[in-house]
Amino acid sequence: MAQKPPGTDVVTGANQEERDPGTAVMVADSPVNPGLPPEHLRITDLDPKEEKKAERRIAMFFALSIFGSLFAATSYIIFPIIPGDMQSVRLNNMFVGLGASVGLLGVGIGAVHWAKSLMHGHELVEERHPTSGTEEERATAVEMFSQANRESGFTRRSLVRNTLIGALIATPIPAVVLFRDLAPAEDPTVVIKKTMWAAGTRLAQDPSGIPIKASQVTIGSAFQVIPEGLAELEYHRLEEKAKAAVILMRLPINELNESPERESWSYQGIVAYSKICTHVGCPVALYEQQTHHLLCPCHQSQFDVANQCEVIFGPAARALPQLPITIDAEGYLIAQSDFTEPVGPSFWERER
Amino acid sequence: MSRSPAGRRTGRRHPFMGVALLLLGLFATGGLYAATSAGIAQASTPPVSTEALIDQGEKLFMANCASCHGMSGEGSQAGPTVIGVGALSVDYQVGTGRMPGAASGPQAAKKTVQFTQPQIDAMGAWVASLAPGPGFPDPKYYAGDGDVALGAELFRINCAMCHNVAGAGGALTEGKYAPHLRDIQPIHVYGAMVTGPQSMPVFNDQNLTPEQKNDVITYLRYLDETPAVGGFSLGSLGPVSEGLFIWLIGLGGLIAVAIWLTARSN
Repeated sequence: MAQKPPGTDVVTGANQEERDPGTAVMVADSPVNPGLPPEHLRITDLDPKEEKKAERRIAMFFALSIFGSLFAATSYIIFPIIPGDMQSVRLNNMFVGLGASVGLLGVGIGAVHWAKSLMHGHELVEERHPTSGTEEERATAVEMFSQANRESGFTRRSLVRNTLIGALIATPIPAVVLFRDLAPAEDPTVVIKKTMWAAGTRLAQDPSGIPIKASQVTIGSAFQVIPEGLAELEYHRLEEKAKAAVILMRLPINELNESPERESWSYQGIVAYSKICTHVGCPVALYEQQTHHLLCPCHQSQFDVANQCEVIFGPAARALPQLPITIDAEGYLIAQSDFTEPVGPSFWERER
Repeated sequence: MSRSPAGRRTGRRHPFMGVALLLLGLFATGGLYAATSAGIAQASTPPVSTEALIDQGEKLFMANCASCHGMSGEGSQAGPTVIGVGALSVDYQVGTGRMPGAASGPQAAKKTVQFTQPQIDAMGAWVASLAPGPGFPDPKYYAGDGDVALGAELFRINCAMCHNVAGAGGALTEGKYAPHLRDIQPIHVYGAMVTGPQSMPVFNDQNLTPEQKNDVITYLRYLDETPAVGGFSLGSLGPVSEGLFIWLIGLGGLIAVAIWLTARSN
């Protein structure tokens, strides 16, 4: 056939009558199925010596696997775990683990190598099976359904059918009511806005729960603080601690910048701030004594304790909430009230 | 020697008695000396503060420290005052090699110790003579024989945020860092808690009692002495080193295996 630009040819060939009338225009050089490429012969197919070599190599992997498994078993006996001796645990773990992994990897690598180098290498096409059944099978299924309908009267007896559907819809209703009651009884937005701190609650040391006197907090100190009574809580101790955790620091008074409305919130340079990061709630407790910076270990937010814990770096959106403190008659540090804003990260209903 | 029977009390000395007495005397003197010198060797801290020691300390301070800390320890632009920091602070700063500082920077790093322990004690004695400050604790408070579980809890609450739960250290801001706590002399751990060097807050005896400090030291000793049962600890740095390992080695290995599995064989 003469050379023509492809796709411009109206074929009027001998096989025209076999064509579908909708495909009048047809390219002459339509692609033909190229079929499978000629079989790729591996070196093991060509050279019997190489084949023998590959066979030995595969056997070597399997032998290595046997060795590894036996090694794991024997090293469990040779390196027993002696209670209290961590070095023995380490040795036992290491040798048993090494042996077992050689045992498993040997089987795996050997099997793959076998498949790749020795099992036959020719390619074949597996046709996909049609998913629908045969005509007879489908007719039988339809017949079964219509027979069942005839015998039960499912479509004829509409009263029975409709009440059955109603009953099925009603069955899960008790479950909805029951499972709904698993949700917290209290409004969660109220729960996360309140902490254990209240007017007069003493500041206590974590974990002992011993109250702290103002005189004990020397300049440069950092105390990890929980409300008094938290250590003795029987229920929800961690939940309460997660909200009420506080870090207490004493700065030289002349280095502390306080706004007028917060001047009464500290005592002699002792300030208390929520330890829960306003970004995503990690405990912020990396206190640098000289720069008065608090660093959050999770996302590197920095708060300046000297300036009411305002954010000086990082993703946190707000300053850490300050706990207003003072001292009681015995000199113990007490809270003036709960935090004046919700602690921790933002949530949808925070401002409401 | 024992041939004399029981009844024989003649008042005459046995001929070997002199030798025996001499030997006894020698043993007593030697034993006494050994005992006292051992006592001195054990109690390298706390040193006895004498006039001579203070004088020696002053000379060492003038020669090595005064350029930054001032001729009378009053401090300058280059270094803080040492009045009232106490002998324990000197022992920590000089005993870990942090002082004399090599260069000004975000943080004075631990390095080779520049002085012998007697010299450090002498400087400490001089600094302590300027004003009262934290002194050496009773050795039983840093013996490391306390409650390891309580020590671990206290460490997690008060120290682990900066120093890492395994004592591997960690980064702070602007080039500062919390150093690792592996194989640190117990007295230096104690000194750091009491004096709050550099960025570290102070943990006075009301915050962590001396017994609790000993518990923390016990926990650190436990970390030093206990091998990691999990195999390679990758520096115990947590998600950074472990993530790097699994993303590069773990995932890289999986990709290599996938390529090998699907590659055409020769």
